[in-house]
Amino acid sequence: MLEIPVIRWGQPYESMEKDKIVHFETGEAVATVNNANAGLIKMDMRKQGKARDILRQFSVEQLCSMAEKAADLYLNATLPLGNGTQNPQEFCRMQSATTGLPEHMCAGNMKKNAYVLRNMRHTLEALTRGLPFEILTKGYGMESRGVMVSYQAQTNVLGMVLPSNSPGVHTLWMPVIPLQIGLVLKPGPQEPWTPYRIYEAFAQAGVPREVFCIYPGGPECGAAVLETCNRAMIFGGLPTVERYHGNPRVQAHGPGFSKFLLGDDMVDQWEKYIDLMADSIFVNSGRSCISCSGIWASRHTEEIAEALAKRLGPVAPLPMSDPKSPLAAFTVPGAAKAINAQIEDLVKAPGATEVTAKYRNGDRHVAHERYDFLRPTIVHCSSTEPPIANTEYMFPFCSVVKCPQNEMLKKIGTTLVASCLTKDPKWSQELLDATNIDRLNIGEVKTIQLHWMQPHEGNIIDFLFRARAFQNTQPPSH
Amino acid sequence: MSDTALAAKQAKAKELLDEHTRQTVRWHFSDETGCPFWLEKKRELKFDPLREVNCFEDLKKFPNFEDEWLRGGPIRRWVPKGLADKPVYVFETGGTTGIPKSRMVIEDHWIDYENFSDTLPDEHFPRGSNWLMLGPSGPRRLRLAVEHLAQYRGGICFCVDLDPRWVVKLLKKGDISGVKAYADHVIDQAVTILSAGHDIKCAFATPKLLEALALKLIDKGSSIEESGIKGIFAGGTEFTPQWYRFCREELLGPNVYITPTYGNTLMGLACGKPFDPADNFKITYYAPQPRAVIETVEFKDYNQVVPYGSTGRVKLYTMTKELFVPGFMERDEGERELPHDKYPWDGISGTRPFHEFAATTTVGVY
Repeated sequence: MLEIPVIRWGQPYESMEKDKIVHFETGEAVATVNNANAGLIKMDMRKQGKARDILRQFSVEQLCSMAEKAADLYLNATLPLGNGTQNPQEFCRMQSATTGLPEHMCAGNMKKNAYVLRNMRHTLEALTRGLPFEILTKGYGMESRGVMVSYQAQTNVLGMVLPSNSPGVHTLWMPVIPLQIGLVLKPGPQEPWTPYRIYEAFAQAGVPREVFCIYPGGPECGAAVLETCNRAMIFGGLPTVERYHGNPRVQAHGPGFSKFLLGDDMVDQWEKYIDLMADSIFVNSGRSCISCSGIWASRHTEEIAEALAKRLGPVAPLPMSDPKSPLAAFTVPGAAKAINAQIEDLVKAPGATEVTAKYRNGDRHVAHERYDFLRPTIVHCSSTEPPIANTEYMFPFCSVVKCPQNEMLKKIGTTLVASCLTKDPKWSQELLDATNIDRLNIGEVKTIQLHWMQPHEGNIIDFLFRARAFQNTQPPSH
Repeated sequence: MSDTALAAKQAKAKELLDEHTRQTVRWHFSDETGCPFWLEKKRELKFDPLREVNCFEDLKKFPNFEDEWLRGGPIRRWVPKGLADKPVYVFETGGTTGIPKSRMVIEDHWIDYENFSDTLPDEHFPRGSNWLMLGPSGPRRLRLAVEHLAQYRGGICFCVDLDPRWVVKLLKKGDISGVKAYADHVIDQAVTILSAGHDIKCAFATPKLLEALALKLIDKGSSIEESGIKGIFAGGTEFTPQWYRFCREELLGPNVYITPTYGNTLMGLACGKPFDPADNFKITYYAPQPRAVIETVEFKDYNQVVPYGSTGRVKLYTMTKELFVPGFMERDEGERELPHDKYPWDGISGTRPFHEFAATTTVGVY
């Protein structure tokens, strides 16, 4: 059996406490994972300064080259993992087996992660707005336009409390090593695969192992990571986001409530955009915070909902190894049942209508002994009043909401990605000015089509570094 | 020790337990000596405890003790008539919201900790040395018990202020920074005591507080060892093998002795089996028989002990002159362990929150 150790500044550590991670369909153990304890993390973090010192022995350029090399290793190589090895096919099989994500989606996420690693230099150039990388290393420097700038790292390490359900989130922490900041990863209980494989790929590409910690374990480990890292990210639901709101040390990533907004000037051609909308709802089994959970328009909402329902309603689960497998499984007992019951309750509200049922030929909830599926669901809301109008679930789910254009921005609430179809300059400006939208697409862009040279939920450079004053000569007299 | 010698010790311990059971039941159910609560309860029983309880196994005739009976007054209903003229303490458990459970105590906490004192090695807990009590204060048994232990061994006990109910309130509010600030406040008190020249060599601490204290001292360029502490007994919250190993190998170092304990306000204190590298940091506890007994019982049948090595729920019995608890279902589970030379009766290892309650229990607040 594959046994995966705790990694303490690059050193494997065998714990007294181990968890078995199991195949969601059979319950058969896939690997044994050693668990850290909070005190051990707190003890290790006393040495976090060393990680940045070690990484600053390399230039950012050199580390970007290592990231490029790591991309290929991650995507193609057979890499060591604990007491065994893992090739890319095994990686996808194991990730699918423990998370319930179909294998071809796991492969798709690998490509996405590899893309970010391979294009690290361009990504950092974009995120730093062309800042000479040396300034990040030294802390200050002169820009080509003759302006002294200083960027001070706010932490020696970035802590990541990672989820189990969405392997796509790993792109967020990949730039950290090239930025000469150490990585402290607390993997999701069912998804240790990506952190360990990327760690190994970085190490084989030449990044010293001593700048990585990986701490599988219970919630106390996540709390210890958040407590001891000056900058950390955590993934969770709305309560998690609310708990860390306003805490400059913690970036909490939660539901996205990502949406399509159709302007009055283009909504009459809605049929042209059905593919964009359907893909935004459906790709990656609707599991991501960038998956579309709301389509808002002032008219034609009934027809839009009907067309989407006709397209997505018949979609049913297939085996995980099927290259067309469309739906991820729910592997947490009771979760799908509870979500299904909640939807059933919410669609009883006046103005809410489930449109998919007649195309589904079966129930939304497909229950198995150890896991479940929820089949795609499109709900029409005749106004913004029904509570289901602004909801997000971890499967292909979308509310198509009728709302006048001039009320939309007030009523959509916080929206991670808004893909807006309009050419109206006035409304475009209002969209640009709306602070409740994080990533804004104006044009024919799916909500899930992220350009990695753009910041995601805040610029990681701003999160890890602080622009501050630095002078080594007197200023001009005045 | 040979199997025969251990078997003989076990048989003797069993004999002692049966005799102690008979005496305890006689005391608590006699009209002259029993407490109002049990004398009243006797009327509801379908058997006569004075005639029909002749050995420990006969305690299974009693219904399980419900800790809800301990909530609210009058507390005097628990005072045995035979001890009515003695000064009474009351110790509480729970009580973050609502009425806490109360246990009446006269001298049990002294006796339990005097017995426990006999298990402590003098080279690590030097007699006459002073103690740090790094645990809950207020109406808690632990605070006075540890203080008595220090006095019994010829020392003086220095305590901190720690209100676990406030910590639970903060946790329930999700106020993580408030919890951290309170923990810092408690640890600051401990660091101040240790730095004040009181010649403290021994300590009680909960695992979490000990960890926080050790890390604080490391941050100050010191350590538990450098602070002068030679021996620690720890308990009060979950104590796992991984933590035990981490604690011995990294937190304390080889020159500071630590022993785990397990207990509660009702039972008193179960000792940890002496450290043996062969145990691979498995922690096994033994109740202070015959005054208290721990059984590991089937989840579906609380009168059935599980086979050795199997998992079950913790069932506690307390049989002192002050308190009679004929089987109380603790909120923990663990594995039944074989008797040991030092403790020739069943032990329990791997204690952790009972899986059916684990999701809803706030554990280890201090």
